[in-house]
Amino acid sequence: MAKSDLALMAHLLRRAGFGATRDEIEEYAEKGYEDVVEDLVNPERCPPLDEDIISRYYDGENHVIWTSTWMYRMIVTRRPLVEKMALFWHHVFATGAGKVEHGPSMINQIQMFRKHGFGDFRTLLVELSRDPAMIFWLDNNENRLGEPNENYGRELLELFSMGAGNYSEDDIKNASRAFTGWTFTQPIPLYPQGHHPSEFVFKPQEHDYGPKTFLGESGNFDGEDIIDIIVRQEATARFIARHLYNFYVADEPQVPAWPIEPPQDQEAIDAIVQTYFDTGGDMRAIMRMILLSDFFKEARFKKVKSPTELVTGVLKLGGSITAPQPGIGRYQAATGLMGQQLLNPPTVEGWHTGREWIDGGTLNERINFAVEHIGDAEKPGVQEIIRRLGGNGDGGSARLSPEDFTERCLTLAGPLDVGEQTRQTLLDYARSGGTLDLSAPEERGKSVPRVVHMLQMIVSSKEYQFA
Amino acid sequence: MTINGKDPVLVVVQLTGGNDFMNTIIPYNNPVYYDSRPTVVIPQDQVLPIDDDLAFNPNAAPLKEMYDAGKVAVVQGIGYANSSRSHFRAMDIWHTCEPVKVGTEGWLGRTIREIDPQKENVLTAVNIGRGLPRALSAPGVPVTSVGDLDNVGLMTSIEERERRDKALDMFKKMYAPAIGSGAVMEYLAQTGSDVYTGADVLKQAPAMYESDVEYADNSIAKSLKDVARTHMAGLGTRIFYTSHGGYDHHANELKSHPQLMRELSGAISDFFDDLRAHDAAEEVTMLVFTEFGRRMRDNGSGTDHGSGGGAFLIGERVNGGLYSEYPSLDPARWLNGEDLDWTYDFRGIYSTVLDQWLGLDPVPIVDGQFEQLKPFARG
Repeated sequence: MAKSDLALMAHLLRRAGFGATRDEIEEYAEKGYEDVVEDLVNPERCPPLDEDIISRYYDGENHVIWTSTWMYRMIVTRRPLVEKMALFWHHVFATGAGKVEHGPSMINQIQMFRKHGFGDFRTLLVELSRDPAMIFWLDNNENRLGEPNENYGRELLELFSMGAGNYSEDDIKNASRAFTGWTFTQPIPLYPQGHHPSEFVFKPQEHDYGPKTFLGESGNFDGEDIIDIIVRQEATARFIARHLYNFYVADEPQVPAWPIEPPQDQEAIDAIVQTYFDTGGDMRAIMRMILLSDFFKEARFKKVKSPTELVTGVLKLGGSITAPQPGIGRYQAATGLMGQQLLNPPTVEGWHTGREWIDGGTLNERINFAVEHIGDAEKPGVQEIIRRLGGNGDGGSARLSPEDFTERCLTLAGPLDVGEQTRQTLLDYARSGGTLDLSAPEERGKSVPRVVHMLQMIVSSKEYQFA
Repeated sequence: MTINGKDPVLVVVQLTGGNDFMNTIIPYNNPVYYDSRPTVVIPQDQVLPIDDDLAFNPNAAPLKEMYDAGKVAVVQGIGYANSSRSHFRAMDIWHTCEPVKVGTEGWLGRTIREIDPQKENVLTAVNIGRGLPRALSAPGVPVTSVGDLDNVGLMTSIEERERRDKALDMFKKMYAPAIGSGAVMEYLAQTGSDVYTGADVLKQAPAMYESDVEYADNSIAKSLKDVARTHMAGLGTRIFYTSHGGYDHHANELKSHPQLMRELSGAISDFFDDLRAHDAAEEVTMLVFTEFGRRMRDNGSGTDHGSGGGAFLIGERVNGGLYSEYPSLDPARWLNGEDLDWTYDFRGIYSTVLDQWLGLDPVPIVDGQFEQLKPFARG
């Protein structure tokens, strides 16, 4: 297997998934890049998660359980792009449990992203506008005939489709009027029935049936008519294209800067926009196009990992989570400390990404988490790396020079590209201990801690912070 | 602006979850209080009266003692228009001073930038806790976060001393500034170096500390002890931040709230005793805040999210007493028909501290002019 194939496959699985074990990378690489992309965008080709096991172990209704369940799915799924796409839409259509305070509705929203996140954008926007958690989050339940509440109408245009500067205040008012009466059923009380999600309901008596003008078109529009107009706009295609680029390809500035700062790769955005219009906003086709593009393949390590990506990536590297287990709640707590509490974005604008994930506190958390998790030589993923280092083909050998020891570890933990500073530091460490000898039990006893230390330093590096 | 030749220090304590202000400073002679709180109520004969209207929660006796000694300013009815009932949003508003739009810079982040524009000391601001509260966050402003001062900094899971020293040494080399590696990589290197330097200096603090004060065994006591140890080590820290969690009393409030009141007031009292014993109290003022108060009426077990909270300013240089106005309990004046209203904008207390304690221009930091209080003694 060519090293470049493995590096590219690892890149694909970091971006379209949540990282991969060495075995997975090899298995996928064997299959070939284009076939793997096809599997990723056609998730029904791969086995689903065992929902019975998940609901047996992760039943309950607090925030820790919802987010732990989601992280568990991210780590063990064979359909990683489904979860990654759900995370993408969660970033864009940021809805916060802090206000919604209704777990089942929040969970249903993410489930809706799993179901419709791969479909056409129009359907997704309609489902979003009917989503109870979103309706409550942006007050559309208070959007009524004669007393419109513009919160949802405004964010639908500014943050969920077109971006600021592409519509007028009157367009917001008219869009808001079109969504009057789109509300939800009052959820059944928690006690004694248990949690049940709320459901969308349209209240004709609260709906404004009057004529409206929106983006130059006039008619007795309702919400679906407004969405029909939105999805035809070039601004919409450009805005969503930039979001996709920022999430899957390379870090862009924060959303509020988009009207001012042009994209770093205009051609890539143009290509995504073209696919959007060629396919009627089919997200599956758009994702296929992105993942097969040269601009995607060339964007290795051009994104700072989100806390979710960092934690799931480390957990996959450690290889210990293959089935539900107690204590998994601490992993979602870890992403929170790193600045990303899932299902609870700070605002409707979502999380600020890229370098803004990093400050003194969050970097400290990222490093300490990775070092602690990888510091256990008994973890299956660490064991596997030691096994591969020690021989069995695969370029390994029972006795490794310091140079090979360093390079093999960087390859097995990534493959990770590192700068001169990092490489030299790792190499100096490797040299200080001489040849790494895994040939006999006694030598292994001394060598294993060196491998663990090497891996801990690799996951502490600057370069490891990038996806 | 100095106090006995020392730079003034601000310690911010965040009560996370929305403290029940009405059960902290209790309107103990007002029948509306008892009508509204059939269950989650402090009996009249147990309270610690301040005057004929208001009293401290009986579990906050150490704080009441400090109040009687003139060291505690109670800022009543603190809040802002259209108070958010979302923990996250409300906390964000307090952190960014931006109640309408979405702010990204923390007010203390801006404050640190004013105090230390050249970033000469990575310990100008120290957060005792994990992660970084948004209040302290501003682009390019280094802040050191300390989860546990006795095991401070990076790679704390490596127990073996020699191996950890080795790891830290490697970390330092890997994060040394590398010009030309790209803006984000350079920023990462700088941030990593700051984390390393901050921890490296801070780890000396415990050895320099000796005290007869015995703090209790709970999280806020431990955090304030870490603040005290860092402050007394003389590392130039001007802003400390820490949090005390658990105030979201939707249920079983009568069990949990008294416990928190005991922990908080005991910790604050021990903290100032400790500083006083080391001649390190005069230059310290503490601001205690929470993101919102609770609903007027209890729900049979606890109280739901409301508004109209309260804050405390505590310190040797504080002129103790009641400040601003307790929100009206008259049901006709309840906010949204169910909450204590607010009477004083929270940005006013920030302005007061920035201007009168830290000697900074508050206007650009809190984004506007807000009515200040006069809680500091002249001297």
